[in-house]
Amino acid sequence: MDVVKLVALGLITLIAAYASDQGLDIAFRVHGFIVLVVAAGLFIHVLRRVDEPKTAIVATDYNDGPVRAGVIATAFWGIAGLAVGVLIAFQLAFPALNFDWAQPYGNFGRLRPLHTSAVIFAFGGNALIASSIYIVQRTSRTRLFGGGLVWFVFWGYQLFIVLAATGYLLGATQSKEYAEPEWYVDIWLTLVWVAYLVIFLGTIINRKERHIYVANWFFLAFIVTVAMLHIVNNLAVPVSIWGSKSVQLFSGVQDAMTQWWYGHNAVGFFLTAGFLGMMYYYVPKQANRPVYSYKLSIVHFWALIFLYIWAGPHHLHYTALPDWASTLGMVFSIILWMPSWAGMMNGLMTLNGAWDKIRTDPIIRFLVASLAFYGMSTFEGPMMSIRAVNSLSHYTDWTVGHVHSGALGWNGMIIFAMIYFLTPRLWNRGAMYSTAAMNWHFWLAMIGIVLYAASMWVSGIMEGLMWREVDDQGFLVNSFADTVSAKFPMYVVRGLGGVLYLGGACIMVWNMWKTIRGHAIVHQPISQMTVPAE
Amino acid sequence: MDEPRVDELTGRPTMGHEFDGIEELNTPMPRWWLWTFYLTIIWGVGYTIAYPAWPMVSSATAGLLGYSTRAEVSADIADHNLSNAALVEQLNAVDLAAFDPQSDLHRYAVARGASVFRAQCSQCHGSGAAGAVGYPNLLDNDWLWGGDLENVAHSVRHGIRNETDTDARYSEMPAFGDILEPEEIEALVKFVPTLAEADWDSAGGVLFADNCAACHGDLGLGDRSQGAPNLADAIWLYGGDSESLTQTIAKARFGVMPAWGQRLSEEDVRAVSTYVHSLGGGE
Repeated sequence: MDVVKLVALGLITLIAAYASDQGLDIAFRVHGFIVLVVAAGLFIHVLRRVDEPKTAIVATDYNDGPVRAGVIATAFWGIAGLAVGVLIAFQLAFPALNFDWAQPYGNFGRLRPLHTSAVIFAFGGNALIASSIYIVQRTSRTRLFGGGLVWFVFWGYQLFIVLAATGYLLGATQSKEYAEPEWYVDIWLTLVWVAYLVIFLGTIINRKERHIYVANWFFLAFIVTVAMLHIVNNLAVPVSIWGSKSVQLFSGVQDAMTQWWYGHNAVGFFLTAGFLGMMYYYVPKQANRPVYSYKLSIVHFWALIFLYIWAGPHHLHYTALPDWASTLGMVFSIILWMPSWAGMMNGLMTLNGAWDKIRTDPIIRFLVASLAFYGMSTFEGPMMSIRAVNSLSHYTDWTVGHVHSGALGWNGMIIFAMIYFLTPRLWNRGAMYSTAAMNWHFWLAMIGIVLYAASMWVSGIMEGLMWREVDDQGFLVNSFADTVSAKFPMYVVRGLGGVLYLGGACIMVWNMWKTIRGHAIVHQPISQMTVPAE
Repeated sequence: MDEPRVDELTGRPTMGHEFDGIEELNTPMPRWWLWTFYLTIIWGVGYTIAYPAWPMVSSATAGLLGYSTRAEVSADIADHNLSNAALVEQLNAVDLAAFDPQSDLHRYAVARGASVFRAQCSQCHGSGAAGAVGYPNLLDNDWLWGGDLENVAHSVRHGIRNETDTDARYSEMPAFGDILEPEEIEALVKFVPTLAEADWDSAGGVLFADNCAACHGDLGLGDRSQGAPNLADAIWLYGGDSESLTQTIAKARFGVMPAWGQRLSEEDVRAVSTYVHSLGGGE
């Protein structure tokens, strides 16, 4: 077995060495070098242990090592992604921050996908992977399937993030929103994702419970659908296997439609279905209350995953897309309203009998705020998909505000709740080091979101109205540059909102550090620690 | 384990499953939720009957209302054109040399031209028409090729130094870096900003008379027939500091403007020219 590993790692090292020397562009050469360092390091690591006797570890307890790593990775990439977000927010307000000395790497155009991928895939993705493997083991009452394969998933995913991020900065992109990484990075992610599916599905098959818990339905839908979306949207032919550039399989309006089928379902399955899986565990667990309605969870699960997949064309109203596709996208988006809200209702109504905890338990407060923002965004989304509303909102900052009320509110707040829930449990501490710091984090984040969303709503609607403003003879009143200068104050407020949100996250990291290092003063053990696997 | 029990707080039965301590209540779906969901589905079916929606073999259902986004925008544009048709006809017929600035037609042309300017011209000349380095200010009375309405319209229609219109304004300053010595260029850079009170016996003055006066005039006041700028008015298109002047003299400049007559309708060319002419510097 070690021989096979060594031969494979040796071959990868050699190919990577050739790629880092002979690559056709800078991104490919740097990526070759990164892979070279990783593969050579692993080769030496395996070689040094080749003599050690293999002790068969028959572990029956839950495999929490990768969850611990995932929680730290979530916090790390969260800070990185939010910091880049704050920088590009201020670049829009003050273009001089696109420093001449930092060109072309520090340009808004290259940093923007770095921000979106870092927060969605690195921050959100690590939270999803860590949560899903923590939750699936406990709700299936069995150890994670696949032994060490989970470490391949974890580190393979981090390598994907590093290759994607460095690629953007070095100019390797296929220019598809949220699917920017080039062909070889896509292939690598596919391998990692299949391994993820194997360990998740294997654990469910091995489960000791008769039923599959609702959280795991959502996680499975998320993993399977993201695999399908990723593969179809990234179908491309490389110009050379020694270069990063590739040519898309689809072109024109077909390409646009495939891209937004992917893009909308990245929201639907990555940021909604997966995060509903998290919600269905952390809310009842933290509130210590039964889930409000099993029936509602069944109906809204199937309705959500059936309807979401058709809603993509609402991103392409009033374009080359035929009217029929645009109508269907809008209709499915509106029918999606109630199934989306059922997730919020099932979360909030689970607090029946535990509402007083909002005052005393910061984690419950994060969860409730998260669900409230989920409800707002999933009402706003269907509304914006209506053609007449979209003709005002499309291409404006309203869209940006909508996305961030979902991302900062729903996704961000539930990830913070996850980190505060998991950190004491994973490191066997009684509680987080500082409850006061959690409260500070909560209020900084809340004020940050309000500043962000409110300024972008004002800016977006103003911009939309200015674009369409005509005088009594039907002539345009504003030039594009007029709308840009009118948005300046809102851009500054938005940046300040981002600073507050980032500041809250920094307090969280400090609190995690103190907790993990064992500074916590244990007043009382966590009630309802999870039951062991066997 | 699999026996349903009754939750004391809500009085609801549980499903009898338990996952890591989490139970689920057997609560029926809220009626208002279910009925709203049904209503959106019924509305959705109705909407897809009324509007183009369902893809068939070679085309899609057109919908009972016969709606089309393209037809809608075409109708809007047709309405707009129809309401202005009489004025457009007059604008295309008016003699620009004798365009009465007090007339209603002139006010119409300025309003129309302002809108064209915002969409097409502001990218280079600025949304306030104050220009930028390399892009002339259109508010002042300093004109490179003439500032009466007919000349402005010619510049707009045919453009400047482009390769698409044979009637484009054309002139080319030589790159004096290939002709003069560096110290001679330095002397000119010192001399040119002093043109208003020039010492014509200085080295720069002699060089100016020999090399520059042919186009820019004996006193450096420029020549509109060949777009040679006035160098004595302290207005600089590419900057009046010594670094910019050195660059201008040594390498020359070659500003290009597209021929808008090839991109805009005749009435839009006339309207935007009238607008620019009305900005303050028109002659």
